[in-house]
Amino acid sequence: MGISKIWVYGETTEAGVTAGTLELVTKARSLADTVEVVMAGDASAVSGELGAHGAATVHTVGDLAGSLPGTKVASAIAGALAAGVGPDVLLAATSYDGRDVAGRLSAKVDRPVVTNVVDLVGDGDRLLGSEPVFGGTTDVLTGFTDGGLAIFLVRPKSFVAEESGGGPAAVAELAVGDLGNTGGALVKDRFVEESTGPKLDEAAVVVSGGRGLGEAEKYEMIETLAKLVKGAPGASRAVVDAGWVPYSYQVGQTGKVVKPTVYLACGISGATQHLVGMKGSANIVAINKDEEAPIFGIADLGIVGDVHKVLPKLIEALQARG
Amino acid sequence: MNVVVCVKQIPDPADPGALDPETKTLKRDVKLILDESDSYGVEMGLQLVDAAGEGEVRLVSMAPNNEMSGLRTALAMGAESAVLVSDEALAGSDALSTAKVLAAAIARCEPDLVLAATESSDGYTGTVPVQVAELMDLPSVTFGKEIAVVDGVATVKRQTEAGYDEVECPLPCVVSVTAGVVEPRYPSFKGIMAAKNKPVEELDLAGLGIEASTVGWTGARQEITSIAEAPAREAGEVIVDEGDAHERILAFLDDLKVI
Repeated sequence: MGISKIWVYGETTEAGVTAGTLELVTKARSLADTVEVVMAGDASAVSGELGAHGAATVHTVGDLAGSLPGTKVASAIAGALAAGVGPDVLLAATSYDGRDVAGRLSAKVDRPVVTNVVDLVGDGDRLLGSEPVFGGTTDVLTGFTDGGLAIFLVRPKSFVAEESGGGPAAVAELAVGDLGNTGGALVKDRFVEESTGPKLDEAAVVVSGGRGLGEAEKYEMIETLAKLVKGAPGASRAVVDAGWVPYSYQVGQTGKVVKPTVYLACGISGATQHLVGMKGSANIVAINKDEEAPIFGIADLGIVGDVHKVLPKLIEALQARG
Repeated sequence: MNVVVCVKQIPDPADPGALDPETKTLKRDVKLILDESDSYGVEMGLQLVDAAGEGEVRLVSMAPNNEMSGLRTALAMGAESAVLVSDEALAGSDALSTAKVLAAAIARCEPDLVLAATESSDGYTGTVPVQVAELMDLPSVTFGKEIAVVDGVATVKRQTEAGYDEVECPLPCVVSVTAGVVEPRYPSFKGIMAAKNKPVEELDLAGLGIEASTVGWTGARQEITSIAEAPAREAGEVIVDEGDAHERILAFLDDLKVI
């Protein structure tokens, strides 16, 4: 008994394989006999890193030639399934492209997706996904009732990436099938917005701002503070909805799940939507005017005070330290 | 240009609801409202139709019990009409079942562009827009921040980890939009009055030609094997700022050696 073959959708940046992918490969090797990666782009450049984390083979659909990964990678996986060489389980990170791949594949092969998974548990020859619901107060374990492909979208930071000591993974080409009308979207240009600090979901310190900041201009205090503590700036959904900062800043149930060493919540009351995204932080500091704010129920250090008074002093004190 | 916007009517997020221990589905005995995430798609659709100078925004929604109070909100914003799918067999539907229903309903509208939120506020799977696109054999661009349509091609700024991609996509296509990218208009009094008389086409699964066994609980092919209370996090020390709280924060950070 047990799961025979897991494929992980592999994502890369110029810096190599993403943390989310390596976490999934690491976890997968404790769950299945064979762990393989399916990706787009140059697999040979990352076969060492993926092999070191436990992947035996890296299947690539090759250069995307401007396409978004979702359609091509999903088509290739569907082709492998049809040919009888596909996986029993597909794991993808809850990322922009991970969701596209899982969603496309799901509809293509008529298999549902278990989403927002934060833990995976083996159950005989199937896998169960654990999902937090109701603001993280309840954990629900879900599994498929039949033997077909099981697709799971897993939140980054659910597992810790560790090398297995394995050698480089074998590289294999995976053919993309006929895309019909689905392949029309083409990337014409890429824009990198200036960001000097660590990534939001990888930073040791996250400084997040909420409605309590009062106005968009005050978000600058969050950016300044984040820079001073070499952390990443984040935001509550209210601030993203108001258009102060882009969606990529959002911490919460909708948005990113972060687990930094310290999470500093500034002017965030702590709606369940937000708490789900940050309650896994090792330490939480909260500043809020309202002493009844739910954020104080989970903060290790809670400051009942005005962010407009506390933050400038904190920033000044850090600047004075140089 | 005809735009279909997928909208979801959800229980008020301020009242998070609970699972029915018998059926293991969400208790749905509260009034549903328009998911705020969807108001951005509605606004964007209205703006694109305005820019095109012709066409209309149509809403497509799936909800239990022919619920349409959330639809009325979007109609009051300026959408012209709506298609609402309700069927008892849809209970327990997951994202793929929802996508099957929406895709069938959208196809009847023959739109040039389909807009959706990136994810709903209550289910937040974030997979429905691409599943709809795949089922309809359409291209898609997800996580759109900005959309312009010129000569049958949508140019979409797509959010990425590092910034954004500029993506071109021929119509018809599906685009999911992130929150905060446009400012949803407040329904005017006139709009609210007009919405009461706007057409809402009500359909069931048979009307869409969907086999009941392919959606809902049977279509989900999943089971919840356990529901458990998550470990709670303890509250720590709470102090009132007397003008020196920043020193406490500094000391806290120093102790953790993160600064």
